[in-house]
Amino acid sequence: MADLKDIKADVVVDARGTYCPGPLMELIKEMRQQPVGAVIEVISGDAGSAKDVPEWLKKVNQEFLGVLEENNYWRIFAKKTKEM
Amino acid sequence: MSKKVVIVGGGVGGTIIANLLAKKMRQEVKKGDIAIDVVSDDPIHFYQPGLLYMLIGLKNQEELTRDERKLLDPMVGLHLHPAVKIDKDKNEVHLKNGVILNYDILVIATGSKPAPEVIPGLREGGNWFYELDACLKLRHELMNFKGGKIVLAIGLPHKCPVAPLEVTFMLDDWFRQKGIRDKVEYTYTYPIGRLHGLEPVANFAAKTFPERNIKSETLFNMKEVDANKKTITSLEGVTLKYDLLITIPPHKGAQVIEDSGLGQNGFIPTDRYTLKMEGSNNVYVVGDTTNLPISKAGSTAHFESDIIVENIASEIRDGLTPFRYDGKVFCFIETSLTKGTYIMFDYNNPPNIVPPSSLIHWFKLTYNKVYWLTPMGIL
Repeated sequence: MADLKDIKADVVVDARGTYCPGPLMELIKEMRQQPVGAVIEVISGDAGSAKDVPEWLKKVNQEFLGVLEENNYWRIFAKKTKEM
Repeated sequence: MSKKVVIVGGGVGGTIIANLLAKKMRQEVKKGDIAIDVVSDDPIHFYQPGLLYMLIGLKNQEELTRDERKLLDPMVGLHLHPAVKIDKDKNEVHLKNGVILNYDILVIATGSKPAPEVIPGLREGGNWFYELDACLKLRHELMNFKGGKIVLAIGLPHKCPVAPLEVTFMLDDWFRQKGIRDKVEYTYTYPIGRLHGLEPVANFAAKTFPERNIKSETLFNMKEVDANKKTITSLEGVTLKYDLLITIPPHKGAQVIEDSGLGQNGFIPTDRYTLKMEGSNNVYVVGDTTNLPISKAGSTAHFESDIIVENIASEIRDGLTPFRYDGKVFCFIETSLTKGTYIMFDYNNPPNIVPPSSLIHWFKLTYNKVYWLTPMGIL
């Protein structure tokens, strides 16, 4: 797998400072709207997202590419591998 | 030469901007230095939050509608023909009747609406209250409902993020008043692992649901509905049986946005502070139409409108756009038929929920009556 830092996402959602609907809901929305093969990056200021997102991806059998911890925010990468 | 400001969309955001701008730049408008035109596909302005009340007989249709022309400042032009194309390179808005409006500054306020067709079976099996006809149908179902399993299921994205909770709390109370609450099994589902996107609101619901005998199923994202078997299945693999399915369908933006290549699913990439369309210097986006990861709500459009108006006026007068949107959102939350609370937050300040009270509930009911002052640019 490519290094996370080298991944260029097809869609980037910067959810920092946006409390509603929240990072996981933004990811779910994008996973449903983007085509198969799309890489989605969600930037979250909430540490909980780094745990919630992979859990949800596992439940729905989509690919979790990883998370990069930056200075007080997290870059979370996912890939849509099948229709949903 | 006269500056032309064209606003596509006659909902709350578009109407506020037109009226505030006309008021703020009265002298320039009178002199003909600026022309303000609104494009709308509907002569009627609809107060959508009122549908929640109409659903259970607390409002009627007449209370929720006004003539858009009467809400608009007399010096604002109104074109009651749908926009079919926005050409940002030529600064043109094409209307269905063939008229082409040129603009110097464009505001896109085309909003969002339920798209139940996105989920297989949802249109056939589900009921929703976010649109007038659907609300009337669900009201009919509720008035004849004698008991059974109700499931509430939520699609993404959707506007008015607290409405799923409000309808749950209000229906719980309404069934109690009707004396059939013990015959109703109510299951509230939610897309993520808690009961609401906002953590304090989720915590409030988690405390309140057991007291009110409201069941819940989290991490539930609609996959399909079987209207014959009366079942709904989630992407996460859970199937629930229902007698009455209430849904907040996933939403889409306006077709003209997609057709004009301005944004996927009708939502436009927008700068979170300037509210300008990304890559554009003369196009603003307001309310549900932005792709910003913030609440799609009337209050969001309202607060954004204040910033956009200030920047348009400042740009025309001084060539500057110094005002920045701070992410402010305010939402009332009805927690029963007699009490309510509210939340307020912005990019830098998280929400906090206050204890529900009758006072806040009555404030909300009052706002429902005086809402019209908001699009008029008075409140």
